[in-house]
Amino acid sequence: MPTPYDEMWEKLNLDLDAHEQLLQVLGKFYGDIYLSQEGRLKGMEYLDFVLSEVHGLRIKELQEAKAQGRRVIGTFCVFVPEELILAADGVCVGLCAGAEIGKEAAEKILPRNTCALIKSFVGFKLSRLCPFIESCDLVVGETTCDGKKKAYEIFADYAPVYVMEIPQMKQACDRELWRAEILRFKNKVEEITGRTITADKLKEAIRLVNARRRVLQRLNELRAAIPTPISGRDVLLINQVSFYDDPVRFTARIGELCDELEKRVQAGEGIVPAGTPRLMLSGCPMAVPNWKLPYIIESSGAVIVGEESCIGTRNIRDLVDESGQSLEEMLDALVDRYLRIDCACFTPNVERLEHIVQMARDLQVNGVIHFALNFCQPYAMEAFKVSRALEKAGIPMLALETDYSMEDVEQLKTRVEAFVEMVR
Amino acid sequence: MTSPGSHLVAGLDIGSRSIELVLLEEGQVVHWDLLPTTYDPVKQCQSLLARVQVRRVVATGYGRRLAVEYLGHPEVQTITEIQAYALGARHLAPEVRTILDIGGQDTKAILLTPEGKVAKFEMNDRCAAGTGKFLEFMAVALQIPLTEFGAFALTADRRITLSSMCTVFAESEATSLMARGEKPANIALGLHLAIVSRTVAMLRRVGVVSPLLFAGGVAHNVAVRLLLEEALGEKVLVPEQPDLVGALGAALYGWRHLREGNGPRQRADQ
Repeated sequence: MPTPYDEMWEKLNLDLDAHEQLLQVLGKFYGDIYLSQEGRLKGMEYLDFVLSEVHGLRIKELQEAKAQGRRVIGTFCVFVPEELILAADGVCVGLCAGAEIGKEAAEKILPRNTCALIKSFVGFKLSRLCPFIESCDLVVGETTCDGKKKAYEIFADYAPVYVMEIPQMKQACDRELWRAEILRFKNKVEEITGRTITADKLKEAIRLVNARRRVLQRLNELRAAIPTPISGRDVLLINQVSFYDDPVRFTARIGELCDELEKRVQAGEGIVPAGTPRLMLSGCPMAVPNWKLPYIIESSGAVIVGEESCIGTRNIRDLVDESGQSLEEMLDALVDRYLRIDCACFTPNVERLEHIVQMARDLQVNGVIHFALNFCQPYAMEAFKVSRALEKAGIPMLALETDYSMEDVEQLKTRVEAFVEMVR
Repeated sequence: MTSPGSHLVAGLDIGSRSIELVLLEEGQVVHWDLLPTTYDPVKQCQSLLARVQVRRVVATGYGRRLAVEYLGHPEVQTITEIQAYALGARHLAPEVRTILDIGGQDTKAILLTPEGKVAKFEMNDRCAAGTGKFLEFMAVALQIPLTEFGAFALTADRRITLSSMCTVFAESEATSLMARGEKPANIALGLHLAIVSRTVAMLRRVGVVSPLLFAGGVAHNVAVRLLLEEALGEKVLVPEQPDLVGALGAALYGWRHLREGNGPRQRADQ
């Protein structure tokens, strides 16, 4: 079926037939998982629209920005300081990598026991199905795990890759390393965009990204209400979309959605029956369209009330200090803010355990489901310490490892349903 | 097969290899039966229920949803195997704190609170390593009837260690041992030891609190039972009919709900 975007997709060298199939599958999947929900907020229509135009209107916007001389920079990780990209008038897009696409192609150049997220971004590129990657003037990788680190070396043959070194500890010397990396990235962004990052531009960018974090913080405060006023699936989607939507527009629209949500909370309206077990997700990021586990959980008589994840609280918990005036002060503020991220790539990583327990208590959850992608060593290993910390706090936890395929759905359902029966 | 006047409650455990039925009247078992699952589990469920009038059906096991969708009975509930085994095991032995179930395609370790609530559970992941299917496969490879496989293993004269737990790899390992002249009984014992060591590791993850009840079809196997007791250093309880524990638990769940006057619980997804 012809669409108004065919010409654009062709120019981006997408595999048009396979791409059409992908959009059909995605549309059906979205319909089953999202549109089938009852009692959704009116504000979610914006998210439905954005998702339906994920490879259309948003990509058109990117092409228009490029035509105006702006550069598009893609990222895979919440460590990449988006503020620097925006301060250079760049467009930052979080590349999703949440679908089992091009797996066979990816497995030709990657070991089979590589996590689904890495296989996905490589697979999307090799099978020419992601217009975001194809629009990027630069793709920023990072050394959060060995899998990604080595995959970027291979990926560099196919895309313009730049890699940031993420420290693995949080000592003074690590801060020095990280500061040097942020400066190196600033230079790279300036080189790619041809713009100079000034104090004024950076100040504006810091405020802009903080505003988006604040609106997502507000969403999280509101959704914590009892009875639960919005499904975990919907909140996950909002977080997912925050990575590639225009930040100004997104912040405004989610602000409106929060106003609507606030009214619902004040009216004491919930979307699930009273007494529905409240669960929290913790672990690996769930990138679009990886809605498998949230859907299973919320179809098993529970509701998700928090996501301790990069596509969740890890991305929005900390703001960048806005008091800096000089460029140096602001860069230091970026260094400090990003180094507070409690990613499983750090050792030790006690902050994460504390955050999880605190969050589970604040949200009054009945239990926590820890999610690790198969072969994700950092998170799979931390699951043990997380379970210990939660056990000490008297909060039940279920650890699951899975990927993007549908073959283990029944096994997951049994575990999740049994966990829900257990915590009810 | 349905009758509003009936007080019978049926528990159906729709497993990957077999389907068990337990009928309760006033909380007492009045009938039980089992059939292989085959490629048409719905038909097998219908045959099991064909000659009885039941008020309510509670289905558990991997095929539990089939019962809701296709059984055509007005009152069908589902619970997971975890809850079904917890209820069934406590009914048979009220002091039980740990349950091990080795079924056709999965293994479960369940830790209960002193009150009998599920405190923790572990299940094997998506492969059949160390389950009943594994034993079945290996019994065929060694040409021993499944029901005699455990006793056969106990005639071994030495203990060998098999390193592979994968059903496919273990067969090639057993084949190469046979080629080297190892006695089939010794290989059989090695296979049983491998299952037990994997099972004990799973039990240790939930923490073993005595007494432990061993359920599921594999509990019929005398070698697994003995080796398990040896590895844990304690006696394990094996019910007379270990494969019925899940169906019994499901039926008990239904009976309790019926007694409390609750309708089949509406789940959020229905």
